[in-house]
Formats: sequence, structure tokens, C-alpha cells
Amino acid sequence: MNALNIKQGATSHSAYNLRSTYGDENERHTLAIIVENQPGVLARVIGLFSGRGYNIESLTVSEIDHESHTSRITVATTGTPQVIDQIKAQLGRIVPVKDVHDLTVEGPSVERELALFKVAGTGDKRVEALRLADIFRANAVDSTLESFVFELTGTSEKIDAFAELMRPLGLVEMARTGVAALSRGQD
Amino acid sequence: MVVQALKDQGVDTVFGYPGGAVLPIYDEIFQQNGIRHFLVRHEQGAVHAAEGYARSTGKPGVVLVTSGPGATNAVTGLTDALLDSIPLVVLTGQVPTFMIGSDAFQEADTVGITRPCTKHNWLVKDTDALSGTLHEAFHVATTGRPGPVLIDIPKDVQFAEGEYTGPKAIKSHYTPKVKGDLDQITALVEAMETAEKPIFYTGGGVINSGPAASQLLRELVDSTGFPITSTLMGLGSYPASGDKWIGMLGMHGLYEANLAMHGCDLMINIGARFDDRITGKLDEFSPNSVKAHVDIDPSSINKVIHVDIPIVGDVAHVLEDILKVWKSRGRKTASAEVKSWWKQIEDWRAIRCLDYKNSEKTIKPQYALQRLQELTKTHDRYITTEVGQHQMWAAQYLGFEDPNRWMTSGGLGTMGYGFPASIGVQVAHPDALVINVAGEASWLMNMQEMGTAMQYHLPVKQFILNNERLGMVRQWQELLHGERYSSSWSEALPDFVKLAEAFGAKGIICSDPADLDDAIMEMITYDGPVLFDCLVEKHENCFPMIPSGKAHNEMLLGEAETQGVIDAKGSVLV
Ligand SMILES: Cc1cc2nc3c(=O)[nH]c(=O)nc-3n(C[C@H](O)[C@H](O)[C@H](O)COP(=O)(O)OP(=O)(O)OC[C@H]3O[C@@H](n4cnc5c(N)ncnc54)[C@H](O)[C@@H]3O)c2cc1C
Ligand SMILES: Cc1ncc(C[n+]2csc(CCOP(=O)(O)OP(=O)(O)O)c2C)c(N)n1
Repeated sequence: MNALNIKQGATSHSAYNLRSTYGDENERHTLAIIVENQPGVLARVIGLFSGRGYNIESLTVSEIDHESHTSRITVATTGTPQVIDQIKAQLGRIVPVKDVHDLTVEGPSVERELALFKVAGTGDKRVEALRLADIFRANAVDSTLESFVFELTGTSEKIDAFAELMRPLGLVEMARTGVAALSRGQD
Repeated sequence: MVVQALKDQGVDTVFGYPGGAVLPIYDEIFQQNGIRHFLVRHEQGAVHAAEGYARSTGKPGVVLVTSGPGATNAVTGLTDALLDSIPLVVLTGQVPTFMIGSDAFQEADTVGITRPCTKHNWLVKDTDALSGTLHEAFHVATTGRPGPVLIDIPKDVQFAEGEYTGPKAIKSHYTPKVKGDLDQITALVEAMETAEKPIFYTGGGVINSGPAASQLLRELVDSTGFPITSTLMGLGSYPASGDKWIGMLGMHGLYEANLAMHGCDLMINIGARFDDRITGKLDEFSPNSVKAHVDIDPSSINKVIHVDIPIVGDVAHVLEDILKVWKSRGRKTASAEVKSWWKQIEDWRAIRCLDYKNSEKTIKPQYALQRLQELTKTHDRYITTEVGQHQMWAAQYLGFEDPNRWMTSGGLGTMGYGFPASIGVQVAHPDALVINVAGEASWLMNMQEMGTAMQYHLPVKQFILNNERLGMVRQWQELLHGERYSSSWSEALPDFVKLAEAFGAKGIICSDPADLDDAIMEMITYDGPVLFDCLVEKHENCFPMIPSGKAHNEMLLGEAETQGVIDAKGSVLV
């Protein structure tokens, strides 16, 4: 029977290996989770990821509307398409979660991260660090005779690349905020 | 204020256990009459009793316990209710707000501990928010996929005066979708019209949806003539005596039901969640069927099994629409093909998979349940169970004609559930015959509740199939671990008759099949709690059984086939 032309149902995973990736590839998705800002809501979201064995690559959270007690949690995660769908459905079950947006599939979006880098060194290395910072449009927000703190905003890839370059030039410490993301366009 | 909110929610029954952090609420309860409080003997018992109450009435169960150990004792019950989608509202006391975080006496991070085992929970720090939170809690527990919620109330918040808001004023953004998508419903009806080997696979969601859902299901099944099977949790939504009923499916389900699931071309899942006890080996699960799935929780859909026709909505609403669309399109089915499908099912049924070798000397557990069924089926009867072989035999050999009459711990499989649950059921239905089918090991886990049954004159019948073994564990050790029965003997058992008598209840012991009927009648007619020690065959195995990691069509039917059936890969599964 296939008068309906719907594809047949059985999946190819084994019962105890539900998240096996047979056939389907892992994908990286950025989710924007709009939540009622009540105590413990972040713990609920994080608990869901750890309790059910999902990945968190990056997580940011902040209140976005004080009046309506609304916060926005941005999570970058990886998984097979089935797992990603399950993550969204599970997030939707959390009572204070108002909305879940998958920015990766809901059309084009912008993603940015901010990072601070402390780079210490003298001589050629110091000059080279400053030159590269200039190319990356990083700002020096603190400087001493033997160190800089650079501030850089960009995609996660750009920040990774800058960190790689700074490492041999005396990278001491870095701090990054995690991804903030919005869809492009007017709505 | 708490009591007022409960009354406004229509609550008249609370199960609980007092302690320092909830004394102000107990004081309120003392000074009124509208709400009856049942004092259990352990907080786990309170939660299971509330589950029994809820499952047998369709109303939320309410529990009141103290902080710290009171709350932690409730955790197993909460987890049980979460997995089986039972609506509960649990109130816990907490140390006063100004002491939270100081390791105060009987302080525990109750919302932290119970976050993963509740549908939602709240710590109320402000008395003005208390009544609103209580009303929202009832809304969340009973709306959408039901589940347990918990409200943690610090003692100073209980004492303080605050603004009371009635239930009407509550606005919650939590409003799950109940109407199914009409295009999907039409797609399902189209599939039903042409299906040659259709099957309804129904579950606990039909019970959750309410009595109307069971009525609509009966109408749909009877008018399409399709066979219907159900999970453990859905028993009773379609009557066991109905002629389209082909029995429970799953690991210990009937041969005909499992083979029909394996061989069908259209599977219509209504309120079931493709649990691993059902699917067995996933890549061989019903390989040639188009699958439709009706569920109110979007996360249940495509979680385990990919479905072709997903319908998110409440069972009763969706069934109503399915019936409407199906009728308006002329009530079509491929009746000739469906008839030969039935022929095939009858052939499977002819195997008589529930047959067992009876004995004149010892009581076979299956026989005990067959007799229990015969002697009680005309009563206004409710059955609860503990967890183990007896639970599966009860599901196989007792017949359920209506929803809300079968209370069992399915998802968590909590030994110790059945006795307190039977107490909750009896509280809700004082004149009914309430029987807990138990194993001796499970029963001992919450035996202290005999005190509760006595105190409130609740004539619950405890029907223990005593095999002096942790039978289900022993069965697995026989099949998987070379008959090495590591710690699966129930040793040093009490004399159950004397134990009953020590509580002031009635004890009955029976070991001869010839005496069984009289003994059961004595149990039924006795006006008060009865502890029935039914000594049964010790090494009986529960069949049919689909071994872990096997497909539906690789089912074991009897003793002969059990050697070396579970391979190394299967044995890591539970
Ligand atoms: C020892 C042991 C052996 C077992 N063996 C078996 C076995 O052989 N066979 C068997 O069937 N089970 C067996 N079980 C039980 C099993 O573990 C599961 O609990 C059970 O199969 C789940 O039933 P269900 O699919 O009906 O889901 P439930 O847990 O009842 O879930 C209900 C589903 O319906 C949905 N729902 C809820 N309300 C609504 C609504 N209003 N409208 C629409 N959808 C709704 C929910 O979202 C959920 O997806 C066994 C348990 C134990 C302890
Ligand atoms: C609280 C808890 N602990 C352990 C188990 C594992 N378990 C499942 S069935 C079972 C044996 C139950 O024995 P009994 O109650 O005598 O019933 P029988 O199987 O003999 O009918 C055990 C230990 C469980 N389900 N629940």
C-alpha cells in the first residue's frame, strides 16, 4: 500500500543507540530560546541538555525585556536532524519557555561573539600581535609596555582564527561571551 | 490561603504527612471540613496513593509533605508520575526564606532535586504570589500531557498574610494545542480507506484524554472493523470483551498483537509513545507500514520511530475529527482485504499463546488470576499492581472493560507502587472492590501503608502471588545469566497472615488449587483490608516474551525455546 506516496516509516537505529548517526550527518544549529525570566529557568534548559545527552557548544543568556520578564537564551548545538528536532520539541515542553527559534533553518541570520585576549610579549612579537589585531579590526582596550588586551567581535570562526594566531605571539588568557544571534531582515 | 486555593480547585482529598515546615498548613486543615486529609505512613505512599486517586478519577491527586526528608521521600513517586503522565500537585514545606541556603534544619534544595522529575515546579517566596502559583500549578498539571508539579512553600510564606487571587484571574501562556491538523487527519483517513492490514495501537494517552476519548475510540474501531491492540498503560480504553480486541502488545504482549504490529501496512498510534517495551529492535520494527501518530506532546512524535503522518493534538479532539472526516467521505475501508487480514490474525490467535500447563497440586499464578477474573468480573472493580511477573500476568489474564480501572507503574516500574495506589483508589471509590495484584517482594516495599488502610477503614484487597522469588529478576537471570540466581530469592519472608493480624487486618493463606475459589470469595466478601498470601509455583516464567534486542516476530512462547536466546548485544539492554 502506498497510494499516498508517503515514505515508509521504519528507522534504522537500534533501540539503545537512538542517537546513532547512521546515514545522517551531524549538523550545527543555533537556537534562540525565548523564556519567561523566572528563577531556575536556565537550570531547566541546561538540565535538559545534560539529562538527555545533548551537546552544548555555546550558550548565552540575558534578559531582553524587563517589563515582560523575558530572557533570550542562545544555544549552539550539534546533532543529527532527528536529534535537533527532538531538542526543539523537548525545549518546547519546558513550561516557562515561550518560543524556540531554530535560526539555522528559519532563514538567514547573523551570529556574533565577543572575545577578550590578553597577549604579553616584547619586541617583534609585540609588533606582530598589534599588526594582526589591526587586520582583524580588534581594539586594544588595555595596554602596558609588555601586554595588550584586545577586544574582538565576530563569528566564532573568526575568533578561533584570531586565537590561533595569537597563541605563538604570547596569548596568556582569553574570555569569550558565547554566540548571540538574530535572524536577518525586518521580522 | 493554601486550603482556600485547594478548595477553589475542587479538591476534597489530600494525602500527606506532617512535619515542622508544613505545620501552618496542617493547622489550616485542622480548622475546616471541606478537605479530607489522609495520613499515610511514608511520603512515597502519599504520592502513589495520589496517583491511584488521579488515575481512577481523572482528577489531579494532591499531596502535602514537609521539607527535607518529606520532600526527598516523595521523589520516587514524582518520577513515577512523570513517566506515566499522571497529574499531581505536590506541596512541600520549606525552611523560612531567610534561612534558605544556610543548611538549616531539614533544608533540602527541593526545587533543585525535583526539577528533572516534575513537569514544572515553583519555590514561592512571596505570599502574594502563593494563590496564583497554586492555581497555575493545577493548570499545568492537568493541561496538555498531564504530569506532576511541585510547589515548595517556605514556612514564613505560609504564616504571612497576603493577597488572595481566585482561579479565574490566572492567565497562563501554557496552552498546548488540542485540535489536530486537518490536512494530516485527512491524510490518515485516506490511508485508512485503502489500508489492507491496518491496526490501531493505543496507549495511556487515550486514558489521559478522558472518558469521551474511550467512547470515540470504540466508535471508530467498531465502525471501521480494524483490529486494536493497546499498551500496558492503555488497557480498558477499548473493552477486552470487544470483538476487535487482539490483546496487549509488547515484550510480554500477545503473539497475535505483536505479529499484527509487525505485519501491518497501516499503524495508527493513538496516545502511545513507542516505548522500548513495545518496539523491541528498532530497525526491524513494523518494517512495511505507514505510521500515523496522534499525541499531544510534540516531543513524543519522531522521538524513537519516524512516523509518516504526525498529528499533534488531544486524543478525543482528534478522534472526533477523524470520525467526522471518515464519515463525510463515505465510511470507506478496503473491507475484503481487511477481512483476510483478520483471517491471518485468527491464525495467529489459534496458537493460544497464553496457554500454560496447569497443575492440580500447586497454584499456577496464571490460574490464580484466571480465577480472580472469573470471580470478580461482575463487580465494580479496580485493579492496581506492583511490578514484576505478577504485573504482566495481571495484564494478560484480567480483562478490562472500561478506562480508569487499571492502575500500574509502567514507565518507571516502581515496586511498592500498588499497595498505596490501591489505597488512593479506594478513597476515591469507597464502595468499589479494589484489588492490588502483588508480588511478595514488591508488597513489602510499602507494607507500612496497612496502617493507613486500617485507620480509614479502606477495605483494599492485597492479592499476593507469593513465589518467594524476585520473580521477574529470577526469570531474567534464568534467560541471561546461566541460571545464576544472584540475590533473587525472597528470603526470611514474614508470616503474612500474622502480619495482617498484627495490623488488625484479615490474613488468608492458600496453597491448594482446590481451595482457591473459596479463599478468593472469602477475600471479596470480607468487609475490611485483606492480605491474601497465595502461594504459587516458584519458578514459573512469564510468556510470551520478546527477548531484549529482538524483533516482534522473534517472540518466545514457552519454556522449550528459552536456551541461549539473548545474545551478548541483547544482554546489555534492560
Ligand atoms: C516489568 C514491566 C514490563 C513491561 N512490559 C510491557 C509490555 O509487554 N507491553 C507494554 O505495552 N508495556 C509494558 N510495560 C510498560 C512500558 O514500560 C511503558 O510504560 C508503556 O508501554 C508505555 O505506554 P504508552 O505508550 O501507552 O505511553 P504512556 O506512558 O501512557 O504515555 C502516553 C502518551 O500519550 C500522550 N498523551 C497524554 N495525554 C494525551 C492526550 N490527552 N491526547 C493525546 N496524547 C496524549 C503522551 O504525550 C504520551 O506520549 C512494562 C513495564 C514493566 C514495569
Ligand atoms: C524499586 C524497585 N527496585 C527494583 C526493581 C527491579 N525489579 C523489577 S521486578 C523485580 C522483582 C519483583 O518481585 P515480586 O514483587 O516478588 O514480583 P514477581 O516478579 O515475583 O511477580 C525487581 C527486583 C524495581 N522494578 N523497582
